[in-house]
Amino acid sequence: MKYRKPQLLQGNEACVEGALDAGVRFFAGYPITPSTEIAEGMARKLPRVGGVFIQMEDEIAGMAAVIGAAVGGKKSLTATSGPGFSLKQENIGYAAIAEIPCVIVNVQRFGPSTGIPTAPAQGEVMQARWGTHGDRPIIALSPSSVYETYYLTTAAVNFSQKFRTPVILLLDEVVGHMREKVSLPASGRLMVEKQNYSDIKEYKPFDERKLPPLVPFGEGVYYHITGLVHDEHGFPTRHPEVVVRFMERLHRKINHHRKEIIMTDYTGHVEPKVCIITYGCTVRSARAALQKAYLQKRWPVSLLNLQTLWPFPAEEVKRLADRCDYLLVPEMNMGQIVGEVEKYAHGKAEVLGINRYDGDMITPGQIFQHIEGCFS
Amino acid sequence: MKSLREEFLRTNKLPHIWCPGCGNGIVTAALVRAIGKVGFEQKDVAVVSGIGCSSRAAGYLNFNTLHTTHGRALAFATGLKLAQPGLKVFVVMGDGDATAIGGNHFIHAARRNIDLNAIIINNHIYGMTGGQHSPLTPEGKKATTAPEGTLEREFNILELAVSAGATYGARGTAAQPRLLEKLIVGASQNEGFSVVEAMSTCPVSYGRRNRLGSAVDMLKDIKQRSVSVEKLETKAETTRPRRDIAEEGAEEEGETHDKQEEVIPVGVIFSRPAPEFVERYYRGLNKEKEGKEGKEEKEGQVES
Amino acid sequence: MVYRQEIMLTGAGGQGLILASIILADAAVQDDKNVVQTQSYGPEARGGESMAGVILDIDPIYYPRITSPTVLLSMNQQSFNKYIKRAGENCLVIVDSTFVEDVGNQPAYSYPITARTRLELEKEIVANIVALSIVNTMADLVSRQALQESVLKYTPEGSSDLNLQALELGRQLTHSYD
Ligand SMILES: Cc1ncc(C[n+]2csc(CCOP(=O)(O)OP(=O)(O)O)c2C)c(N)n1
Ligand code: SF4
Ligand SMILES: [Mg+2]
Repeated sequence: MKYRKPQLLQGNEACVEGALDAGVRFFAGYPITPSTEIAEGMARKLPRVGGVFIQMEDEIAGMAAVIGAAVGGKKSLTATSGPGFSLKQENIGYAAIAEIPCVIVNVQRFGPSTGIPTAPAQGEVMQARWGTHGDRPIIALSPSSVYETYYLTTAAVNFSQKFRTPVILLLDEVVGHMREKVSLPASGRLMVEKQNYSDIKEYKPFDERKLPPLVPFGEGVYYHITGLVHDEHGFPTRHPEVVVRFMERLHRKINHHRKEIIMTDYTGHVEPKVCIITYGCTVRSARAALQKAYLQKRWPVSLLNLQTLWPFPAEEVKRLADRCDYLLVPEMNMGQIVGEVEKYAHGKAEVLGINRYDGDMITPGQIFQHIEGCFS
Repeated sequence: MKSLREEFLRTNKLPHIWCPGCGNGIVTAALVRAIGKVGFEQKDVAVVSGIGCSSRAAGYLNFNTLHTTHGRALAFATGLKLAQPGLKVFVVMGDGDATAIGGNHFIHAARRNIDLNAIIINNHIYGMTGGQHSPLTPEGKKATTAPEGTLEREFNILELAVSAGATYGARGTAAQPRLLEKLIVGASQNEGFSVVEAMSTCPVSYGRRNRLGSAVDMLKDIKQRSVSVEKLETKAETTRPRRDIAEEGAEEEGETHDKQEEVIPVGVIFSRPAPEFVERYYRGLNKEKEGKEGKEEKEGQVES
Repeated sequence: MVYRQEIMLTGAGGQGLILASIILADAAVQDDKNVVQTQSYGPEARGGESMAGVILDIDPIYYPRITSPTVLLSMNQQSFNKYIKRAGENCLVIVDSTFVEDVGNQPAYSYPITARTRLELEKEIVANIVALSIVNTMADLVSRQALQESVLKYTPEGSSDLNLQALELGRQLTHSYD
């Protein structure tokens, strides 16, 4: 693969680059720290590639416009932070039930409510999973570096297209705002999901067996899109059998592709006694702690970076629980993903949360201390 | 007068869910006839709607139809129109949908003057949820959430629209479907944000509670109170129904209906063309593209 | 450059220190070093103090926060008082004596950065570039060539000469006080 020259890039800027390289041509949003640079980048760059940027009257409208544009055939993305992410929830559910591909970037900041607008936190892991009402699956990815932000953004766009679903990219203030050296793949050479509307005649937008791409409005294929539970053609139904098939399909289309969707990154000892399981900017602190514990002290320690948070990497955690005595779960909240880890560790390893909730990052020292505790 | 174009209806989805005597069907039929009349191609038409009884109209129309969330139809439609500028987009909403939960999107769509045709079916009530008051329930009228009559004052949708920047505003009624059709045609021909307020009836959730009689009585009442804007004397009267005019009108017609009732000025209330948003956006885009082509080269330096 | 440098550029909001940090970080990329740039956001960054951090290393940089600066630049008294507490024993401390009058017992290199910029270039606005040039000359962080290119890349086109003069003034100042 060809790469561009190394460049200095901010996390939020990398998100813009990733989105554009993956073919995003529509952005609608509303400014909010610490995500605003994404909107600003899009406002600058989308017009150059013939895309559309619009600043809407609020985040609800931003989400709605993104779905509308996706229905019109554009790859669409919106970006926000905490309060705005809350406002978007109803329409995220709409995109889920109506199976409209779109990407929602949430650059997490300290909450609840206005909280500490410029301070980092990782408080929306569960909101990403369960924030909109109703029982539906979701895909959520969380990058730990500027480069990961770039490629997880492209992955988010590709997943959203392939599985016709909203995908959430959970950034955090640290990764969103920091600048790093990155070499991006040469523009336009990225693997991008292609649309194929070949069998338009028999087109069922909500086919029970297949996952057909959405034929954009204006192509002469008339169908209905609704937030009501619907049949294969999109028309509302309450028929219990159809409802059950509908719900199962909605879940199946994600669950059957877990292998493809779940991305993790493992480093450290192959037979670890202690494994750190974490995500987002906390991975960085964990890596620094791992460097000391594993490379310097030569303790059997490892690190699992959860690039995909939802669907949860259950198999990976189960395997680690079988091998490890301790699973350490640092996160910048009072314990969210740790509950999932506990669930899949199933008592086979001791699961210890490491938390910080004063508006700053967990330090490598804080994690190292816990590692040390496991060896004494 | 052309009859309803069958191919524009999803006849297999009929009969519809609306109650007997509901005005939604009349307004929907007027919309379909208007689309036929302006001669839009079926594939170029999209109908977007919100949530409410009125918004169910989208499901019966054989176009690309998008039934969205409560209040947000215009925001969805904004994205759709920007993505597919060639589409002729009709946005069907209820009065609560458009002016309560969706009020913000309504004024901003007007402000942008984006080429959408908003058809607001004003039945003065939240029909779908069983009769709660809406921002368009006239002061004093009863609703389940205003058992003694609402104290709140109502909006004048078209006044709101014109001051927010809409470029076409008309009021029709379910009692005069031909006029309504004409007004929707006018809206479709306006390049910009157009609003058609369709006064309608909800005998079930509004009429009964306010003792307005049968559906037929309600339609009759609307018809009697309707006064063509051309007949009204001053401009001011065209944007704000006045009690005194109501009284005059009543005398003229020799009717004895409630003095509290207002006249309904019908017809084109305002039409003031202005540059349209999507067209301007794309014009700017082409300019930008031409200007930036040289620059891209520099940014895209490639190294193996 | 020695192993891992943590550079803190501090001062008042509006003194251009964030831009200076981005220029430094960009120059490091050109020199093919690993780099992380961060800055303080929020109310304090609005009118009050401003802090920008640059970490340079030949190894990957994981934890992005500055723990203990190896280079500290303070362009006003308030920021000096606040950040000097974080400076380690061997930290290179550089202050703008135009605004920092009291450095206590702290061994610090003191240059009248803003005053000299005003005097010689008649444009106070490039004091940040002069300061950056001093920092780089003293701490030997990035190549002259890279720094110059980055300065030109991040500053307005019409101001190239002025900015190059600012870089030169910084070098002169450093040597004149050797
Ligand atoms: C977010 C949200 N809040 C409330 C509702 C419940 N709800 C559905 S329709 C409706 C009001 C409908 O009134 P209107 O818009 O006037 O349409 P009508 O049914 O009268 O045609 C309400 C409150 C909803 N679906 N979504
Ligand atoms: S409740 Fe009212 S608005 Fe709804 S269908 Fe019945 S009559 Fe029509
Ligand atoms: Mg209503």
